[in-house]
Amino acid sequence: MKADVTLDCFGLLCPMPIIKTAEKIKELKVGQVLEVLATDEGIKTDMPAWCKATGQEFLGVEEKEGEYRAYVKKTA
Amino acid sequence: MENEKFNIVVFSGDMDKVLAAFILATTAASMNMEVNMFFTFWGLNVLRKKKLTSGKNLLQKMMNFMNRGGADRLPLSKFNLLGMGPAMMKVMMKQSKVPSIEEFVKMAKDLGVKLIACTTTFSFMGFQKDDFIDGVDSFAGAATFLQLAREGKISYFI
Repeated sequence: MKADVTLDCFGLLCPMPIIKTAEKIKELKVGQVLEVLATDEGIKTDMPAWCKATGQEFLGVEEKEGEYRAYVKKTA
Repeated sequence: MENEKFNIVVFSGDMDKVLAAFILATTAASMNMEVNMFFTFWGLNVLRKKKLTSGKNLLQKMMNFMNRGGADRLPLSKFNLLGMGPAMMKVMMKQSKVPSIEEFVKMAKDLGVKLIACTTTFSFMGFQKDDFIDGVDSFAGAATFLQLAREGKISYFI
């Protein structure tokens, strides 16, 4: 998936990927896509939950060999 | 839309319990919730400056000498082992890049979490405003928390 901005959260445990996502999304323009790289498995359900709470669009999580790439489209 | 409120009473002053409280508080703030942390009893130690002791009379001074304040001096609720447990836990947390309680306090402040200190504990322990870190937003009582809880979506106690 193509992203406009990438946030590296490799090696960080919950809740840091979500807290950093919340900070980072502020720098994006509406319509842009943020890619969050993480190794904490929690991101699979945490990211859609965060999107639901904040109204951002969750585009999905890709998993490959213990690495997760979550995609969020800024809608507001 | 008015933000949903997440309120938590931090009664315990144990590192592990306080860590859980801060993880939820900072995450809730990241989810655009309005977060209030109400520190009471042992929980007040999180907001205390590191001092040898504090208190107005002898008993208070003796108690506060034993009951040390400071976010980086909290004991563990299990396996404290005279401070060896927390020392080990701090190293393990650092190895896994988990922020310390001190860092969580700063992060919570940056995210707009409100830190409220209980006035009753404050008074009977003989504390003074100067015993507390600058980050404390207000000193308040039970009715303040209950009103927040009435308005709140989620209210917890640890």
